[in-house]
Amino acid sequence: MIEVTDLCVTFGNSGRPIHAVRNVSFAVAKGESFGIVGESGSGKSTILKAIAGLVDPDRLALRIDGRPTGRWRSKAERRLLQFVFQDPYASLHPRQTVDDALREPLLIHKLADIDAEVGRALADVGLSPVHRYRFPHQLSGGQRQRVAIARALILKPSILLLDEPTSALDVSIQAEILNLISRLRKTYQLTSILVSHDLGVVAHLCSRIAIMKGGQLVEILGVEDLRRSKTSQPYTRELLVASHGFTRTVA
Amino acid sequence: MTVETTSAPPAARLSLRGWLASDAPASRRQAVLGNVYRGFVALVSNRTALTGLVIVAALLGIAVFAPLVSGFRSPIDQSLSERLAAPGAAHWFGTDEFGRDIFARIAYGTRVTLTIVMLVSIVVAPIGLLVGTTAGYLGATAGRAGGIIDAVLMRITDIFLAFPRLVLALAFAGALGPGIENAVIAISLTAWPPFARIARAETVSIARSDFISAVVLQGASTARILFRHIVPLCLSSLIVRLTLDMAGIILTAAGLGFLGLGAQPPTPEWGAMVASGRNVIFEQWWVATIPGLAIFIVSLGFNLLGDGLRDVLDPKSS
Amino acid sequence: MSDAALLEVEDLNVSFPGRGGITRAVRNASFSLGRERLGIVGESGSGKSTTGRALLGLIPAPGIVTAKRMTFGGQDLRGLPDAEWQKLRGRRMSMVMQDPKYSLNPVLKIGEQIEETYRLHHRSSQGEARSKALAMLEAVKIRDPDLVYHLYAHQLSGGMGQRAMIAMMLIAEPDLLIADEPTSALDVTVQNEVLRILDDLVTDRGMGLIFISHNLTIVGSFCDRVLVMYGGRIVEELKASELAAAKHPYTQALIKAAPSLEHPLAELAVVTRDPAWLI
Repeated sequence: MIEVTDLCVTFGNSGRPIHAVRNVSFAVAKGESFGIVGESGSGKSTILKAIAGLVDPDRLALRIDGRPTGRWRSKAERRLLQFVFQDPYASLHPRQTVDDALREPLLIHKLADIDAEVGRALADVGLSPVHRYRFPHQLSGGQRQRVAIARALILKPSILLLDEPTSALDVSIQAEILNLISRLRKTYQLTSILVSHDLGVVAHLCSRIAIMKGGQLVEILGVEDLRRSKTSQPYTRELLVASHGFTRTVA
Repeated sequence: MTVETTSAPPAARLSLRGWLASDAPASRRQAVLGNVYRGFVALVSNRTALTGLVIVAALLGIAVFAPLVSGFRSPIDQSLSERLAAPGAAHWFGTDEFGRDIFARIAYGTRVTLTIVMLVSIVVAPIGLLVGTTAGYLGATAGRAGGIIDAVLMRITDIFLAFPRLVLALAFAGALGPGIENAVIAISLTAWPPFARIARAETVSIARSDFISAVVLQGASTARILFRHIVPLCLSSLIVRLTLDMAGIILTAAGLGFLGLGAQPPTPEWGAMVASGRNVIFEQWWVATIPGLAIFIVSLGFNLLGDGLRDVLDPKSS
Repeated sequence: MSDAALLEVEDLNVSFPGRGGITRAVRNASFSLGRERLGIVGESGSGKSTTGRALLGLIPAPGIVTAKRMTFGGQDLRGLPDAEWQKLRGRRMSMVMQDPKYSLNPVLKIGEQIEETYRLHHRSSQGEARSKALAMLEAVKIRDPDLVYHLYAHQLSGGMGQRAMIAMMLIAEPDLLIADEPTSALDVTVQNEVLRILDDLVTDRGMGLIFISHNLTIVGSFCDRVLVMYGGRIVEELKASELAAAKHPYTQALIKAAPSLEHPLAELAVVTRDPAWLI
């Protein structure tokens, strides 16, 4: 469904270029749940944005659903792929109600039955009508993220890209949102790529996981191998060890 | 025999305030009005803002009800036998050198002031928004081509910013003749650049936000993004700046009137009134001073209101 | 090792009066701290950070802090005047915060900031303070103290910045350190390094440490005892080693809610909030 070949992204402002992503290639099958794990500066979010067409890569051969896709996307292509952003406090327009935010994609694509669709989308993500006309500042972080997910799914895309969707949320809210994403993925048979720095989150939702470090792809492994630490890469081992919390070295 | 009376349960009536302050609005209208209500409450809780609001409201009220307020006295009827009369029972603010009632002229003068202020605002705000948001958005998101458009638009803005307002007005008056319309054009031409700058600054800071990216990903056209998503966020700063600029606009218009370039006699324009009262300022002080005070009070009112609006609307404080 | 309680708190209450009424951020919190590592775990709004700040007298007006008992090394902290607080803060009690980007002075060199802290509490010459600062940078395992001394905050990575912060906060040799989410802004591989440094310093100097975090995994593995806070209250107090046997349903739910690598679940346990917890 998604084929990324030789992706390179460089951010070069005033002199020193930053090689955010270097020669990364991978493929995601239709309906698969793919994860990308890395620390800050690993380039994981940049990869996602390059696939979405939000950043300008130096080099990228991208095929979505078999078709070569460039930076410019047609309206029809936009319906295919949607994005959930990391910061729930920045991903909703501060002056628009939840209703406005959900209507907008339907209006852009001139779809019918807008009222009913909005109501359905809200119910799908576990929000009640009482939230419909609220402004973002009247919603909690978890609620905002639900709206962001509803907004992403209202156009019924086939591909969902999620950039650290729960990093800014408390662990109990994270659990609810992860369960929601899992359920919606299955219901709508979505192909998804999830980016996170948390191995537990990625292992919970994804079947194959790419490990990124410093812009480069370290390895791609299946989730079972990850759980059993079946890896030859020292960096992956480092991440696995670190995810267990603090270990007091007994002298 | 017992008679049982059952009283009907009191109908649950939601008061207007409850409806507005509800945190579960049932329609977009309720949500927006609720926000406006909350903003209004915040505004009037600030004493200086409230003073400004009262002054501006009074200006509007007097303009609308000018005939009533002036006791149906005419602002333009001359009565040479009563010229330069001191403030008294017959004429509350006295009369000018043509025997016209100054109180009535002040009252009707509010209409002139308001006309100028509104016309300038209607011209200046859309131009500033259009130039600023386009420059900011394209500059931030459209790569090199966008950067060029941004630079060009901003240099045009700089050129207009460099023009001294009064000198340009004089030039216009010289070329096109005096009058309110030309005064408005002259003021507008030099008043729009700051708004373009503000709009651009706001736009640049939000152009790369996630919520704008989300709409781009949905397939919105650039025009739609600018108009439906970016402009609403620029409006607060714009309103604050416009309100604060009103004072300057009124003073400029008064200045033009003083120079004989704005509204022409017998239209009661406050600046012109100050000018004509110059000659008799020592003996008949009221002819120049009272219109001067009116200019002062209205400018102050707009300034105070603008400050209050900034406290309420400034997104940084929320 | 002295077992005398360093900090004793009984019925601590912190309230913030606001337009909509009074918000009670901390309700009747009681605990004691010896020369040990105490973790305070809770979600946002649980009151954990407020508790930490109340202990340092950092609750701004109009916040109201009351307690039946709040003593530090025998000294009553309630209603302490500013001058007394200044003697305590930095010298005997210190705080390390989340993001060194925001807690280090951006216009002073790192070394100068650390020196300044030292000279605030000890009479010393510039040379003496400088060598102390360098020694402190070494103690937090910064490999090139001379180089880092002359750097500015923005030139340091997250982990280095946090280590510089720890150096600054420990140079005056306080008895109590309050760390408020000290590793939350750091990458997971760097977190453990910083925790290790903190651990060694706390052990070497016999300090008391209060570790405030939302991350139960880290707190459970780093601290000796854990307080779990919810809605301003301490709902459970237990030894870190006994976390798996937690009794309060909220603690149990928190433990189960985090997705675990070793024990995958089809669906993560969701915390069903019982209003009874708030009473």
